[in-house]
Amino acid sequence: MAFGLILLGIVVLVVLFVIGMYNSLVRLRNQVKNAWSQIDVQLKRRHDLIPNLVETAKGYMRHERETLENITQARSRAMGAGSVGERSQAEGELSGALGRFMLVVENYPDLKANQNFLALQEELTSTENKIGFARQSYNDQVLFYNNKIQMFPSSVVAGMFNFKQEEFFEIEDAAEREVPKVQFS
Amino acid sequence: MILFIGMGICLVLLGYFVGAVWLGPDGGTAGVVLAVAIWVILSLVSYFSGDSILLAVSKARPVSHDVHPQLFNVVEEMKIAANLPVMPKVYIIDDPAPNAFATGRKLENCSVAVTAGLLGRLNRDELQGVVAHEMSHIANRDVMLMALAGVMLGGIVIISQVFLRSLWFSSGSSRRFSGGGKGGGQAQMVVAIAAIALAILTPIMARLLYFAISRKREYLADASAARLTRYPEGLASALEKISDSNLDLAPANKATAPMYIVNPLKAKGKRLSDLTSTHPPITERVKILRAMMSGGAGYTDYQEAYFRVKGKGAMIIPGSGLKQGERVEIRKPSVEDKKEPGRKKGMREVGDIMRAVNKYAFLSCACGLKIKVPPDFKKPEIACPRCSRKIEIPIAELAAVAAATEALSPGGPVKEATRAATTAAAAKAAVRAGASPQQVYTRKGKGWESFSCNCGRLIQISPGFQSPNIRCQDCGSIIDIKN
Repeated sequence: MAFGLILLGIVVLVVLFVIGMYNSLVRLRNQVKNAWSQIDVQLKRRHDLIPNLVETAKGYMRHERETLENITQARSRAMGAGSVGERSQAEGELSGALGRFMLVVENYPDLKANQNFLALQEELTSTENKIGFARQSYNDQVLFYNNKIQMFPSSVVAGMFNFKQEEFFEIEDAAEREVPKVQFS
Repeated sequence: MILFIGMGICLVLLGYFVGAVWLGPDGGTAGVVLAVAIWVILSLVSYFSGDSILLAVSKARPVSHDVHPQLFNVVEEMKIAANLPVMPKVYIIDDPAPNAFATGRKLENCSVAVTAGLLGRLNRDELQGVVAHEMSHIANRDVMLMALAGVMLGGIVIISQVFLRSLWFSSGSSRRFSGGGKGGGQAQMVVAIAAIALAILTPIMARLLYFAISRKREYLADASAARLTRYPEGLASALEKISDSNLDLAPANKATAPMYIVNPLKAKGKRLSDLTSTHPPITERVKILRAMMSGGAGYTDYQEAYFRVKGKGAMIIPGSGLKQGERVEIRKPSVEDKKEPGRKKGMREVGDIMRAVNKYAFLSCACGLKIKVPPDFKKPEIACPRCSRKIEIPIAELAAVAAATEALSPGGPVKEATRAATTAAAAKAAVRAGASPQQVYTRKGKGWESFSCNCGRLIQISPGFQSPNIRCQDCGSIIDIKN
């Protein structure tokens, strides 16, 4: 009789454990999805900032029409891209165009003194940072989730309910790794 | 966690023995139950009392994105990096001493506050490090932990005080120590002595444990901040700058001290950190962070650096952090890092921010001076202190600015503006809101003349300017020119 009770107790404990592990797997997977959508939010914010930036700069940079054109075109391409690979590449090109633009801005002290432009520059810097942090956060969440799936004992529960591993977000465009840095020496 | 359990043991032991003395030999368990019940009730009370009291006491003013875009952006960046569900509320504290704190028991409802003195001294990377440290406190649930530990300490102190006082008052009566069972006199004496000893020792032990927990969580927050920003040097140089300043933070006291980034109480002549201090010594924190720069920015790197600097020491990072096994690279400093804001300019900018938050209006004189008008200024015009030109004060503007800054309080919506957001933005917004009367400028002569539009933009007209009016390029309003 007592043996039966102990067995029942063990079964109940195991069930509780399994429920707990299942819930944390679900939570981690949802955090991965959330982090992925955060990247999109920041990319879209960058798209919204650019027209304003180009307008402000146009008045001062009359001879840099090409650079500004590049940015506008890169933006249109990024907004129109379809698959994840396409978007990743288009966004990388946009980052490159913006980086070159920032280099050119150094030659226009009037533009640099304009309050509007300074505010936009801060917004742009911050948005670039946020894109970086969103990617970083996504990779972090993927690491936690994958770890949980692969480590024992949650691996058993993961197998039972078919939790799949997620992929890390790698920067595919090699050019984007080399974002030009402005040096004040 | 072990330290916390240690405090719990103190509480339970004290409860057991005090209960045994008061209620007889079987009262031990009742004593434990009572002690734990006191702790639970006090915890619930503190949980529901909210953190608005703390913010009010520390002169914190809410800010939105428009008032200080850089601070707001940095907080948002860290919110994304830490994967918090909701943006924390952002406050600026009107104090020249550099410091920062964060509160929030629930992730959905937390706040970050930074002093004006901090904003004026730090560059972007350093500010990011400080904000990351504060938000790590929230993300690691340190606020909740310290509140629970604090309540436990309070409970222990209360129980021991009550017990000792009750003894003192009835020290004459020996009824307590006799009877109560067969041959129990001897055992009762032992229990009583144990209870008294515990009542004296546990408050001291608990206090030491409490401060040890606080210091450990500070190290953990440093580690989390380094990991989030991927740049330990940012936080390190920020801590250095903060420790260089010897201003005391006015509204802080021993109760609120644990929540600031740096110990706000600096007694002259005492060592800044000892067993009773809530924060580890800053030089050590800086050394550990800098020792990370050769390795990586992850938790394991922080733990290694900690062991290297201290020579020995506790495990700072809880097991769940270490077993993730991540390799985290350190990033390069951001471009702005090379430009240090000049101290004077930095402090002046922060002064402006505080005035904007406090509803001052900003007027531009044609000579270039920015005139800051307090909200209760009654006269219709003001003379520029530098060049003595008379400038009209648009009363309607002042009222509109006051209304615009009202919207910055926590009840108002947070605007996500991508247009110009400098301190003059409040005045500009008022102008755009359509409160501006028709502006008229009367020519003083035939030569070059300059005047300011209400929005702040300087407008210049040449001798050959013939039109009856001119349009301001910033705000678009039309200004009549009269001869």
